[in-house]
Amino acid sequence: MIGGLPHTKDPATETHKQNNRLFKSTLKSTAYERMSNTKLTYVTDEMLASKGVWGPSRSSYPITDTDIRRWAMATHYPKHPPRIYWDTEYASTTKYQSIIAPPDFNPFAWSLERPAALAPGLAGRRPDGKSLTGMNGGQTDTYGVPMRPGDVISARSRLIGWEEREGRLGHTLYVRTEIEWRNQNDELVKTRISISVRY
Amino acid sequence: MSITFDEIEIGTKLPEWSRKTSFAEWNRFAAVNEEFVPFHMDDEAGRRAGNEQGAFGMGNLRYAYIVNALHDWIGDEGRVQEVGCQYRAINQKDDVLTVVGEVTEKSIEDGKHIVRLDVNVVNSEGEPTCPGHAVVEL
Repeated sequence: MIGGLPHTKDPATETHKQNNRLFKSTLKSTAYERMSNTKLTYVTDEMLASKGVWGPSRSSYPITDTDIRRWAMATHYPKHPPRIYWDTEYASTTKYQSIIAPPDFNPFAWSLERPAALAPGLAGRRPDGKSLTGMNGGQTDTYGVPMRPGDVISARSRLIGWEEREGRLGHTLYVRTEIEWRNQNDELVKTRISISVRY
Repeated sequence: MSITFDEIEIGTKLPEWSRKTSFAEWNRFAAVNEEFVPFHMDDEAGRRAGNEQGAFGMGNLRYAYIVNALHDWIGDEGRVQEVGCQYRAINQKDDVLTVVGEVTEKSIEDGKHIVRLDVNVVNSEGEPTCPGHAVVEL
């Protein structure tokens, strides 16, 4: 999650040759045929198969008031953050009646379990087998109920679409992913639509 | 005092919200977001990633600054409903980043007082780095 520079190599390309043999042996319209018979594409069969399908859910540790205070202090440094993020007594007088987390707070930082790496092929693949480079193209977050101390957040994501264009970086694949966060009461906390730029 | 819905008009400017960004800010954010990426922490790694000036800042921190600017404007009783942006330029060391914004629409939807804005984060050279939009409820 950065601004503006290449940062990821596609781990999927390691299995590319193996998959390529698989593609060649498949009769229906495959990624192999699309790239060999028609125009260049980085879209894979794995992407086509998983479009719109939610991946597995993962849960955060319970959010603590210290997690929230540290996040707010870091993002407001060197000034003090608003009291609703750290002052229990004050926060009880607001309409939220408790400390809340800043909307951009990430309850998944410092989890022992790492999120599963993106499945092979889900981030696109270059026909020649070379890695695609990725960068964060931006995001839109829509917020539901605020996160509070004690909340346990569960997250799941799915591929929702893509497009390919010739850009400044050559042939470029723009992948749109939807991430959904819910709290322990199944209330929607956040929906994120993010764009990954891959070239 | 936070702004009220009645005081807002199309074209009303978001009060500017600024931070100078360097390792003091980036490292704190890396720590809370567990975002320990070499090119955010080390000049040599930044150059290897193609940025001649060295290490550079996180997109997520710029996003946080937009959220913070909106919160400061509408106050604790308001609610940031939506923020979206694209990362178009690098946040260089010692940049003074300033969140700017302008109201594009205000409406009452289902009894809620909703305000839409265009937002951006401008760097020390005055260049917009992060065009986006926001929706807040007052």
